[in-house]
Amino acid sequence: MTGAQILLRMLAEESVDTLFGYPGGAVIDIYDELARSEIRHVLVRHEQAAVHAADGYARARGTVGVCLVTSGPGATNSVTGIASAYADSIPLVVLTGQVPTHLIGNDAFQEVDIVGITRPCTKHNYLVPSVDQLAPILKEAFHLARSGRPGPVLVDIPKNVQSARTLFRPPAPLRARPYAAVSEPHAGQLRTAARLIQTARRPLIFAGGGVIRAGAAPELTRLARRFRIPVTCSLMGLGAFPGDDPLFLGMLGMHGTYAANLSTGACDLLLGVGVRFDDRVTGKTDAFAPQATIVHIDIDPTSIRKNVPVRVPLVGDCRVSLERLNDLLDDPPGDALEEARREWLARIEEWKTCRPLCYRTDGTIKPQQVVETLYELTRGEAIITTEVGQNQMWAAQYYRVRHPGHFITSGGLGTMGFGLPAAIGAQIACPEKTVVDIAGDGSIQMNIQELATAVQYRLPVKVVILNNGCLGMVRQWQELFYGGRYSATCNNAQPDFVKLAEAYGAFGLRAERPEEVLPVLERGLSLPGPAILDFRVTPEECVYPMVPAGAPITEMLLV
Amino acid sequence: MKAQKHIMTMLVDNEPGVVSRVAGLFSGKGFNIESICGSPTHNPEVSRITIVTRADAPVIEQIEKQLRKLINVLKLRSLNGPHCVRRELALVCIPVKPEQRPEVLRIVDLVGGRVADAGLNHLIVEVSGEQEEIETAIRLLEPYGIKKLARTGPIGLIREPK
Ligand SMILES: Cc1ncc(C[n+]2csc(CCOP(=O)(O)OP(=O)(O)O)c2C)c(N)n1
Ligand SMILES: [Mg+2]
Repeated sequence: MTGAQILLRMLAEESVDTLFGYPGGAVIDIYDELARSEIRHVLVRHEQAAVHAADGYARARGTVGVCLVTSGPGATNSVTGIASAYADSIPLVVLTGQVPTHLIGNDAFQEVDIVGITRPCTKHNYLVPSVDQLAPILKEAFHLARSGRPGPVLVDIPKNVQSARTLFRPPAPLRARPYAAVSEPHAGQLRTAARLIQTARRPLIFAGGGVIRAGAAPELTRLARRFRIPVTCSLMGLGAFPGDDPLFLGMLGMHGTYAANLSTGACDLLLGVGVRFDDRVTGKTDAFAPQATIVHIDIDPTSIRKNVPVRVPLVGDCRVSLERLNDLLDDPPGDALEEARREWLARIEEWKTCRPLCYRTDGTIKPQQVVETLYELTRGEAIITTEVGQNQMWAAQYYRVRHPGHFITSGGLGTMGFGLPAAIGAQIACPEKTVVDIAGDGSIQMNIQELATAVQYRLPVKVVILNNGCLGMVRQWQELFYGGRYSATCNNAQPDFVKLAEAYGAFGLRAERPEEVLPVLERGLSLPGPAILDFRVTPEECVYPMVPAGAPITEMLLV
Repeated sequence: MKAQKHIMTMLVDNEPGVVSRVAGLFSGKGFNIESICGSPTHNPEVSRITIVTRADAPVIEQIEKQLRKLINVLKLRSLNGPHCVRRELALVCIPVKPEQRPEVLRIVDLVGGRVADAGLNHLIVEVSGEQEEIETAIRLLEPYGIKKLARTGPIGLIREPK
C-alpha cells in the first residue's frame, strides 16, 4: 500500500468519518485517495477554519477531530487553530503535508519547519521519517490526542512518504510511556477530600472544561444535587452543570455573576474539578477564596498548585474521581451542619436575587436581550458557539447552557474568528441540532469566508451578530481604564452583513429596534439554510459585572 | 522563597528534536537553564540530558511536572544531595610563560587537574569534579589570565545501594 492509502486505512481504524481540510501540492496524493474513500472531506475556505471546525466537531461529538492541510502556508495558516485547541485541551489530529524528505532543510518551495513552529502549542508532534513509521505514528498520535489531558497532535507527512509503497502491517501495541496519565486518584487523598466535603459548612463546587472533556458532567451533577452543593463554572465549564438548576450560580471570574464571585470569597471549601485557576477566574490570587480549603481534581499534575495553594490535590480522571467521591460519601451531613448548609444556600439566594445579571433598557436593542430571547426560543437546547469579546461574555452569561458540549468557545486563547468554523464543525457532528454562532461584528469578519462552506454543505448554522459597530470589549477597557480614548476600536468601516450573506448564497436578516428582536430570531431560526442575523445593538453597552484585571474577584463593577 | 541550584537528569528518546523540546520548555515557560548536557547512553534508543537550573521550590516542582509531561521524557530524577555522584569537566587555557610554569603546575596538582595540552607560552588544564571544585580551580588559575574556557556542565548518577 502507499503511504496515502495507509493514512486513510488508519483513519478508518480510528473511526474517523469526517476530515476538514484544504488541498495543495504537498497533500495531493492524499486527496487523490480521499476521492475514492468513504471518509467525508469538508472543504473549508481557510486552513485556520479547518482546525476550528475539527475543534467544534470534536467538542460537540466528544471524539478526536481531524484536519488535513498542505505544507508551507497551509501549515502556518493552521497554527492559530492548533494553539486555540491546545489552550482548551481539545483532542485533534492535524495532518500536514511536507516537502519530500530529500528536500527538507533546503528552503524548498512551500517548506516550513511546522514541527518546530508548533512544538510549544501541540501536545506532541511528529515528522514521519519513512512510510514504515506512518502507521505506528498515527496510532500513537490518536492515542496521545485523546488520553490524559487531551490536546492537538500534529503529524507532518513528507510527500514522498505519501507515495512510497510498503507492506501494511497493523501497528504493534503502543510503547509503554511514563507519560501515561493516572486515571485513578490517590485513595488516601480521596478519603481526605470526602471528609472535607462531608464536614464543610459552606462548600462550593467550581467546575471547568476538564469535567466536559472527561464526560464527568453526570457525576458532578449527582454530587452537587445529592448534597445540595452550589456550583459555579469557568467559561470552559459551562454546560458541565445544568444552567437552569437552582444550585447553579453562573460563571465565575472577571465577568462572573455577583453570586458566584461572592460565594467564592465566602466558601470554606472549594472543590475545583477540571479547572486550572487561570487569571481570568482568580483575579488577584492572594485574595482568591481566602476562607476556603481547596480540593483540586485534575488529570494534569501541572495544573495543580500552579496558581493557587491546594490543600488536597487529586490527580486523576475527573469522572473516576467524582465517582469515587460519590461512592465514599453516603450519609447526609449531621443536624448541626444541615443548619449551616441551609444558611449558606439562603445567603447565596440573597446574593442571587439582590444582584442578578441585569441591564438597563432604552429605545435600542440590548445585546443581552438578543441572547435571552435566543435562549427562550431554543429552550436552552441549542449548541452555541461564540466569537470573542463582549458577545462571548453575554453568551456565557445569558445563555444558560444545559448540556456538556453545547457551549463551544475559545476560552484559553480567545481567538476571534473561532465561532463560525466551530459552528460548522458542530453542525456536521450534530445534524439534528440547532447550532448558533453568537458573534461580534469584528470577530465574524475574521473567518466570514466560511459562509461559503456552510452554503456548499447545506449546513443551517445561524450567525447571530451582536453588532455594536465596534471592537466592543477593547472599547470597554478603553472607556473604563484608558480615559475614553477609543484608539482603533470604533468607527471602522463595516460591510452590509445582510448583503454579504446573500452574496454567499445564505440568508440575511436585520433587526434595528427592540421589538424586532423576537420576530427576526423566530424567522431566522426557522430558515432552512445558513443565515446571518444582524442585530444593531447599543454601541456603548458594557459587560457587567466586571472585575478589573488584577483586583480581587469580590470587587466588581456593577451595572 | 529563595532560588536554589537544582540539578536534574532525564532519560529521553534518542530522536531528532528532543533536546529542543526540553530546552524549548524552559525558554517558553520562563524557566532558567544554567547548563545543559546531552549525550548518548549504553542504549542506542535512549539519551541522557542533565540540566542545572536555579529556581525556588514551587517553580522546581512545576518544572519537573512539566518535563514529565513531555512525551519523549522517559524518566526524570533530581541529582541533589549526597546520594548522587556529580562530575563536571572543564578545560582551561591559560597563557603561561616558561618561568611561571612550575607554580602553575603546582596549582594544577593542588586541584587534582591534568595538563591536556602544553606549548611554549600556554597550558590547557583539564579539571574534573563537583562544580565547586571546578570553580575553585578556575579561581586559582584566574590570576594568570584565562584565555579560553570550556565547561561541560555537570552530569551525574544516583549511587547504587552499597
Ligand atoms: C485574533 C484576535 N485578535 C485580537 C483580539 C483582541 N480582542 C479581543 S475582543 C476584541 C473585540 C472583538 O470585537 P467584536 O467581535 O465586534 O466583539 P464585541 O466585543 O464587540 O462583542 C478584540 C480585538 C483577539 N481576541 N483575537
Ligand atoms: Mg463588536
